Amino acid sequence: MDFSFTQQFIQQLINGISLGSIYALIALGYTMVYGIIKLINFAHGDIYMVGAYVAFFATTLFKLSFFPALIVSMVVAAILGMTIERLAYRPLRKAPKIAILITAIGVSLLLEYGGMLLVSPQPRTFPTLFEPHVFTFGNIVVNSQQVVILAISVVLMLILTYVVQRTKIGKAMRAVSFDTDAAKLMGIDVDRVISITFAIGSALAAAAGMLVGVYYNSIDPLMGIMPGLKAFVAAVLGGIGVIPGAMLGGIIMGIIEAMVSGFISSTFRDAAAFAILIIILLFKPSGLLGKNVREKV
Amino acid sequence: MGKNKKEVLSLVACIVFYAIVQGLIMLDVIGPFWELNLVLICINIILAVSLNLINGFTGQFSIGHAGFMAVGAYLGAVLTVKLHLPFIIAILGGAAAAGFLGFVIGLPTLRLDGDYLAIATLGLGEIIRITILNIPYVGGASGFMGIPRYSNFTWVFFATVVTVFFIRNLINSTHGRACISIRENQIAAEAMGIDTTKYKVMAFTIGAAFAGIAGTLFSHYFYIAHPASFTFMKSFDILTIVVLGGLGSISGSITAAILLTFVSAALASYPEWRMIIYSLMLIVLMLYRPQGLFGNKEISLKIFGRLMGGNKRGNTQGN
Repeated sequence: MDFSFTQQFIQQLINGISLGSIYALIALGYTMVYGIIKLINFAHGDIYMVGAYVAFFATTLFKLSFFPALIVSMVVAAILGMTIERLAYRPLRKAPKIAILITAIGVSLLLEYGGMLLVSPQPRTFPTLFEPHVFTFGNIVVNSQQVVILAISVVLMLILTYVVQRTKIGKAMRAVSFDTDAAKLMGIDVDRVISITFAIGSALAAAAGMLVGVYYNSIDPLMGIMPGLKAFVAAVLGGIGVIPGAMLGGIIMGIIEAMVSGFISSTFRDAAAFAILIIILLFKPSGLLGKNVREKV
Repeated sequence: MGKNKKEVLSLVACIVFYAIVQGLIMLDVIGPFWELNLVLICINIILAVSLNLINGFTGQFSIGHAGFMAVGAYLGAVLTVKLHLPFIIAILGGAAAAGFLGFVIGLPTLRLDGDYLAIATLGLGEIIRITILNIPYVGGASGFMGIPRYSNFTWVFFATVVTVFFIRNLINSTHGRACISIRENQIAAEAMGIDTTKYKVMAFTIGAAFAGIAGTLFSHYFYIAHPASFTFMKSFDILTIVVLGGLGSISGSITAAILLTFVSAALASYPEWRMIIYSLMLIVLMLYRPQGLFGNKEISLKIFGRLMGGNKRGNTQGN
C-alpha cells in the first residue's frame, strides 16, 4: 500500500514536471511583459494556441520535421506578438490600466474566435513527429515526449537567461523594467525593447504550444485559455516580473496540478490553480522570489 | 418635493411601458421569440447595472460576475424544486446567497487592486463553477434539470426596475458618493475619512446579490441551470455590455444591454462572428472611445426616458 503510494507520487511528480515546464515557458512571457509594461497580456495564452496551430500546419501541410517546425512556429508567433503590441497596446501606453486590460481581453477573444473561424472549432490530431518510446523504471513510466519537453524547455530557458543577462538587448530590457523613464533618458529605444520583449515571450509561448501538441496529440482554438490563466498564476506564484520566479512557479504549478488530479480528482485541477492564486495574492502578493515594493502616494 | 415627483413619474412610466408590452404579449403581437429576447434584455440589464456598480462606480475591476449569477441560479432552483418554496423566496434566497458569497469573497480579495483583482475574481468565478460542477445534489456536470418556468416578463421586468432604481438611488446617496470617490482617487478618499474597504465590500456584495437575482430569474426561465452557462465567457459578455455602455453610466448599461442582446440574437446561428464582433468592439472602443457610448453621463432626454420606461435620470449631479 505504502509502496504503491510512493510510486504513484513519483509518477505524478514526473508528469508534473513535464507539464510544469510548459507552464514555465508560457509564464516567462507573462512575467517579461508584466515586468516591462505592467500589463497582464490576456492574449498570451492564445499566442500559445497560435503556435500550436502553426506547428500543426508546418508539419502536416509543409511536411517539416520537428525542429524546423518549432522554429517556424516560434518566428510566426514572435511576429504576431509584435503586431499585437504595435496595433493594440502601444496606442494605449498612456491610457488608464483598465483600458489596456480590456483591450487585452478583446485581443484574446479575437484570437480565439478568429481562430475558430479560420481553422474550424473542431480539435485536430497533432501528428506524431518522432517514434514514441517508453522508458520504464520498475513501475514508473517516462515517455520520450516528456523527455523532449523537458529538454527543450531547459534549453530555451538557458538561452533566455543568456539573452537577458549577457547581451546588450537583455541589459536594455532590464533597464526598462527597472525604470522606464530613466532608461529613455539613457538613450534606450523603449518602444523597440518592448517590441522585442513581446517577440521573445510570444516565441516561448509558441514553443510551449507545439510541445503540448506533441504531448497530448490534440489541439483546438480554445486550448490557450486554461494554460494561459494557469501560467499567469505560475508567474504570480514565482513573483511576477522575476524571470527565475516564472520558471519555479511553472514547475510548482505543474506538480501541484498533477498531484491534485492523481490523488484527489481531475475535475478539481483547475480549481486548485485558482485557489493557489488567491492564497498567494493574500499572503505573499510579491510571490516566492519577488521583492516587496511599497506603494507610494 | 420635485425629486419625489420625478420619481413617481418615472415609476408610472415604467408601469405604463410594462402594461403596453404585457398587453402585446397577451395579444400575441409579441411572439415567443421576442418575448424571450425581452426577458434576456432585462436579465442582461440586471447583470450589467449590478456589475457597473462594482466596475464603473466603485472602480474595482471584477470579471467573475457569472459565478454569482450561477449561485443565484442554482440556489433558487434548489429552493423551488427541492424545498417547494414560492418563487419570491427563491429570488430573495438566490440574492442572499450570492450577496453573502460576494461578502465573504470580497472581504479578502478587495485588498488587491487593478489587474490582480481582475484575475482573482475571474479565478473565484471559475472556482464557484467547478465546485457546483462537483455537487451531484444539483446535477453535477449535466446541469440542474426540471426547473419549473416561474419567470416571465412580469417578474423579470419588475426585478429590473427594482435593480435600476435601487442602484441609481444608492449611487446618489452618501454611500454611493463614497464609492465614486474611491474610483476617483482611493488615497484621497481615505484621507477624507472614507472607510474604503467597507464601501468596496458593500458595492461588491450588492452587485453580487443582484447578479444572484438575475441568475434565479435565468434558471427559472430556461428550465435548466447548467455549469456551462456560467463560464468566464459569460462574465466577459456582461463586461462587454458595461464597457460599451460606459463605465459609470446606468443608462449606458441599459442601452448597451438592449443593443447587444439584439446583436447576439441576430447572430445566434454564427456564434464565432458574435464573439469576433464583441472582441473587435472592445478593442476599437478602448482605442477610440475608452469611456464607452455614454461615458459616465446619464441620458436626460425626456422622450427617450419615456420610451425606455423612464428608467433614466437627468445628469443632475453634473459628473
